[in-house]
Amino acid sequence: MQQRIERYGRAAATIAVLVTVAATTAGCLGKKTSSDTTKNADAKEFTLSIGVNSIAGGKNASQAEWLSNWVIPKFVEAQKAKGRTAHVTLQPSGASDEDYKSKIALDLKTGSGADIYALDGIWVGEFADAGYIKPIEDLVGKDKADDWEGWAQIPPAVQTNMAYNGKRYGVPLGTDGRVIYFNRKLFAQAGLPADWQPRSWSDVLSAAYRIKAGVPGVIPMQLNAGTAMGEATTMQGILPLLVGAGHQIWADGKWQGNTQALRDALGMYQEIYRNGLGDPVIQQDAKGRDKSFQAFAEGRIAMLLEGDYFWRAVIEPTKGIAKMPDRDQTVGYALIPAKTPGAGIRGQDFVSMSGGSGHVLNPASKYPQQAWELLQFLNSKDATIASVAGSPRLTQRQDVNDEVLKNNPMLLFVSQKVLPLTAYRPGFAVYPRVSQALQQATLDVATGTPAVDAAATYQRTVEPIVGGVGKVASG
Amino acid sequence: MGWARLPAAEPALDAVATGATAAPAATMPAGRAGPATDVVGLGRWRALGFVTPGLVLIGVFLVFPALWTLYIGVTDYRLTGTAARAPQIVGLENYRRALTDPTFYRSMWLTLVFVLGSAVLGQNLLGFFFAYALRPARPAVRRLVEALVLLAWILPSSVVAFLWIAMLDRDGGTVNVLLGQVPGVAWLIEYPMVAIVVFNIWRGTAFSMMLYSAALSGVPPSQLETARLAGASTGQTLRDVILPNIRRYALTNTLLITLWTFNDFTPFLLTAGGPNHRSEVVAAYIYNTAIVGGEMGYSGAISLLVLLVNLLLALVYLRVARVRPA
Repeated sequence: MQQRIERYGRAAATIAVLVTVAATTAGCLGKKTSSDTTKNADAKEFTLSIGVNSIAGGKNASQAEWLSNWVIPKFVEAQKAKGRTAHVTLQPSGASDEDYKSKIALDLKTGSGADIYALDGIWVGEFADAGYIKPIEDLVGKDKADDWEGWAQIPPAVQTNMAYNGKRYGVPLGTDGRVIYFNRKLFAQAGLPADWQPRSWSDVLSAAYRIKAGVPGVIPMQLNAGTAMGEATTMQGILPLLVGAGHQIWADGKWQGNTQALRDALGMYQEIYRNGLGDPVIQQDAKGRDKSFQAFAEGRIAMLLEGDYFWRAVIEPTKGIAKMPDRDQTVGYALIPAKTPGAGIRGQDFVSMSGGSGHVLNPASKYPQQAWELLQFLNSKDATIASVAGSPRLTQRQDVNDEVLKNNPMLLFVSQKVLPLTAYRPGFAVYPRVSQALQQATLDVATGTPAVDAAATYQRTVEPIVGGVGKVASG
Repeated sequence: MGWARLPAAEPALDAVATGATAAPAATMPAGRAGPATDVVGLGRWRALGFVTPGLVLIGVFLVFPALWTLYIGVTDYRLTGTAARAPQIVGLENYRRALTDPTFYRSMWLTLVFVLGSAVLGQNLLGFFFAYALRPARPAVRRLVEALVLLAWILPSSVVAFLWIAMLDRDGGTVNVLLGQVPGVAWLIEYPMVAIVVFNIWRGTAFSMMLYSAALSGVPPSQLETARLAGASTGQTLRDVILPNIRRYALTNTLLITLWTFNDFTPFLLTAGGPNHRSEVVAAYIYNTAIVGGEMGYSGAISLLVLLVNLLLALVYLRVARVRPA
């Protein structure tokens, strides 16, 4: 009897402890931080780190080299002149964008990691909602945040890439545009012109069929699909098709659901992957994007829809990850056509999608003022000029672009022909989840599901994500 | 209230401290700290000192994560977005969703196939085969084979996964080169489950092999000799002499490899659960849901369900192991 009482007492005590532990941990979930803008502002010696998805000898090599060989030493030097000792390190990585995103989300969530992070503009919303990143003005004070000459050089549309709810969360690194790249040698073998420019989706398909018939052993058209490629599928696959069919993924308060435009876009996938115009295996490979780069560089893919990143960092003759020594002669680029002339968004004949990445401050930084100083330095005119010396790109700064574009026909093409046609993704926190649903739909089609069924599944997936059937356009 | 402070009233503690079952309190004279129950003579506080590190470790690494999982499983906690900052309690919604989610059942089914194919059958049988076949072999041969099998077991997972990816690659993979076809079959994409099952057999056979080697050396030679003199065939010897002797080892082995294969994450390194979820065993499913999909709350609920399945498996095996041969 005594023993039994004792046992009950013990059990009750155990439960009480467990409940207490659970209740305490419950308070820990979620993110609550307050930041002090003057934290360590007067430090004579400080350490900073920059986390990027670039690595010397690998992904975005020239950017990693620029950061470690130009930005960091010059910044340390400039600080020395002010009587301060700076220790700056680069945290490189060469992972897929999705893995990189998971990594920095976990870093920021636990209040650790680098002081400055490179971030895709489309992640800003969900990271901001989570409290992982904060408006620059909250971290360094409004005066300091606004008082930078660089803002005047960055066009508002580009600034939007790193902004959320009207606040600047980071400094953009530039913007980009998408085109169809084609291999002129393979095109010549199929009797297609070197200055090929399709006017409709059927032009693209008929070119693909001619290559299939005329150049055996070559993949005519690799159109990014599937979840393994992540956002590359959305930006270089389904979204350019969707705007070509006349619809943005989000417009007037509604997301595209199982609509005619989506079924048309998925129908294009069906045509390509059912009829052997594209290789569905590449799209399922965990390393599929790298493989498609490699295959294009080796002349095994005739057409590939990609961004200007592909031109300047992938098939770039000396530093690319899939070098093409004869890139300038062999590779042509064409505007992405709408489904039929005039069927694109805004009644356009041609379409594109644009995005852009940038750098944000880690709210957990021990030296927010110094980190902001480094971020300004990284985006200064001199630094930007140094960055394009090795690899020209459309930078964030107008004063630099004017010079960069002079001698670069490809970037001039993107700047003059593509950007006026382009569209941007909606900056909502739920967008990345809608994007994943789109990727799954393309994967379904690439692996044999009929486009109509994939579109219906997509609708069912998206409804709960965006907040119910009322926010999804269908029919 | 003096009786409440009797050491004998703390059966769990004494059992841990002395390794013996505590004597019933009723037989103890009141007020005497019983040396009879504390044969080592540690006393309560020192005994407590000995078990504390263990209890703390269990608390930090087992009880706390389990409670944490239980808690996030009833929230809509996400890796990013508003639900990461201020998660809401959603009750049993996550469990309802998991139990009606075909992808959850698919991952459980794939896990079942994976465990049965690679552990219960693959590693078990191959491990036993190695142990049995190597007994009469020359020591040098035996050591060489054992070393090779062990090597597969002790190499770091990431290294091994890289080697297998290179071996099974479509364009320049060793297997396709040996078969003389380039580009050949994309093994990890066309046969993802077969690939991870074969991989895991290769990877984990060493443990079963060693366990069965030890078990086989415990079979009394006199029984084997008797069987031989009685003219028993190999099959009969296996069935009537060896198996009854190693039965408990086999059960222990099967329990252990089942449990850790069930929770094994290494297949993720080969296929990442893909293509299109076709090799998404439960460990990969939880990772993909939580980290790639960002649904921490939902994956917490799934984790708890998986924990229950693990406990169930352990109970079944323990029950079976307790049944003595007639």
